[in-house]
Amino acid sequence: MSIKVKAAGLATTIQDLGREGYYHLGIPISGAMDRLALRAANLLVGNDEGAAGLEAVFLGPELEFTQDATVAVTGGELPPKIDGEVKETWTAIPVKAGQVLSFDYIRRGARAYIAVSGGIDTPPALGSRSTYAIGALGGFHGRGIQPGDELPVGADFQSKREGLSVPDRLRRQPGNPVELRVLTGLYWHRITEAAGKRFFEETWKVAPEADRMGYRFQGGTPIEFVEREQPFSAGSDPSNITDAPYPYGSIQVPGGTEPIILHRDAVSGGGFFTLGAVISADMDLIGQLQPHTETRFVEVDMQIALDARRERAKILEDIRTSLT
Amino acid sequence: MTSRYTFGGDEHVFVEINEEMSLEAFFKSLSMTNAVREANIKGVREICPANASYQIKFNPDQIHPDDLMAELKRMEEQAEKAEAVLNTRIVEVPVFYQDPWTHETLMRFRERHQDPNATDIEFAANLNGYGSVEDFIRAHSGAPWFVSMVGFVSGLPFLYQMVERARQIQVPKYLSPRTDTPKLTVGYGGSFSCIYSVRGAGGYQMFGITPMPIYDPEQKITYLRDFMVFFKPGDIVKWKPIQRDEYDQALADVEAGKFQPKIHDVVFDLEKFNKDIDGTNAKLLEGFHVH
Repeated sequence: MSIKVKAAGLATTIQDLGREGYYHLGIPISGAMDRLALRAANLLVGNDEGAAGLEAVFLGPELEFTQDATVAVTGGELPPKIDGEVKETWTAIPVKAGQVLSFDYIRRGARAYIAVSGGIDTPPALGSRSTYAIGALGGFHGRGIQPGDELPVGADFQSKREGLSVPDRLRRQPGNPVELRVLTGLYWHRITEAAGKRFFEETWKVAPEADRMGYRFQGGTPIEFVEREQPFSAGSDPSNITDAPYPYGSIQVPGGTEPIILHRDAVSGGGFFTLGAVISADMDLIGQLQPHTETRFVEVDMQIALDARRERAKILEDIRTSLT
Repeated sequence: MTSRYTFGGDEHVFVEINEEMSLEAFFKSLSMTNAVREANIKGVREICPANASYQIKFNPDQIHPDDLMAELKRMEEQAEKAEAVLNTRIVEVPVFYQDPWTHETLMRFRERHQDPNATDIEFAANLNGYGSVEDFIRAHSGAPWFVSMVGFVSGLPFLYQMVERARQIQVPKYLSPRTDTPKLTVGYGGSFSCIYSVRGAGGYQMFGITPMPIYDPEQKITYLRDFMVFFKPGDIVKWKPIQRDEYDQALADVEAGKFQPKIHDVVFDLEKFNKDIDGTNAKLLEGFHVH
């Protein structure tokens, strides 16, 4: 079967859990920015957790179904409507052939994940259906969806899952104020002690430039660097380094002014220093931040990072249990 | 060289071999990452060699970060004893310097440039003490270049000039990055040349354009059917200056599925290279002269 795209939304892309093994060739990991939400959506409709779904940003698409199916919408609070009737998020919803899935205005968060029973079945590229638009790779012909597209959907062998719902306490959302935990390292030694202290003390705001490549933050004091003679080939600005790989989640501050957290479609490397990285357990939260959201960076150590990772895995385990 | 080991969050180890770029640092990055690949360490998910550093992505559920770092440090001792000899290939890349497309683009972004009254290549020639753009092109295309990193965006090679440091071309990046760069632009920033694999933003100076695709996600280009990315770290490149008619012909050949990059297998020995740079380069380039 297939889904007809009647309206695309703002920047709706096909995403699964991402692409592995090609980072050394400049091909990013891609995949859902909020992977926990995508997994939950897939579980609700009886798919493999890693099946491809749609990632909608702020504004949902309008989709017409050519066959009966089950859908689920998770992540940010973007209420789904079937033929105009509002339905629950984080819940399995039956859809009949000919019905149209559309969306109300977003109430919370930034990205919603739409799973369809059978999963979006576009051809995988380098082992993933995730869209990497800059490289015209994966997704629907290497790009986001557009009106008129017919998205292929895989076979759905699942029994009825209607009414299944993820309990409220397992619908992970960013806190208020948002706290992102950071492990310092990488080129942390390039900034002064005072600058490092301020980075964690001040409140930052998500800038309008916030997308799948990275999230930019504003409002803090410009960062001071430890003086040095720039190494050969590093470039003249104190924020420059000899071009190096960038970890997923690493925080760079070009020119010392606005920190950028690199996300799923980020450049794989470049010539800016990085002061550390957001811990893996908190990366999913970033995809749910709207511009102007107040954010604090919280310094943690490796043990806390690993504990947080286990806690996040426990949430997923609890979602699995609650749906079986 | 003492490498600096650090974590990048809880999923990456980053190893800076040296703060500054050198072929020695690059070779160590390459031999270390090769050793890590061969060691098949549980939990290792991505292995990224780079100019003077490398990065390993791992799954901390499978290996403790401290254990992986200790293992990498142990491997560095072994890698240090390895000979800096590389079996690789040299590829001739045709370049249409001062082409109309990068020219049109650079004229649109003059306000972001250090020298709005010169073109990028005029600026670079002047800054590096060349009397004319022609002399500069001779220098840029004369000696071979090492692909010392692939990345930034899909399949983009960073290339490092294989001459002694005093002769290396150095050019700053744009004051602020452009929002547009033509696909297959041959660029320059710091001490690296590059080929923009896709159209998009960029901060490197633009010298010309190659007709030779280096990234094809649809895998329709004859020589990219097996794999969509052409370059890998360790490749050696020789730029070949071409004019408009040769450029057009090459484009038509690509379109017709007839274009084949000129490639020769070579052995590169860093020690021999350091002893006699021009002699080693002349030998590397031999294959292209006999035709």
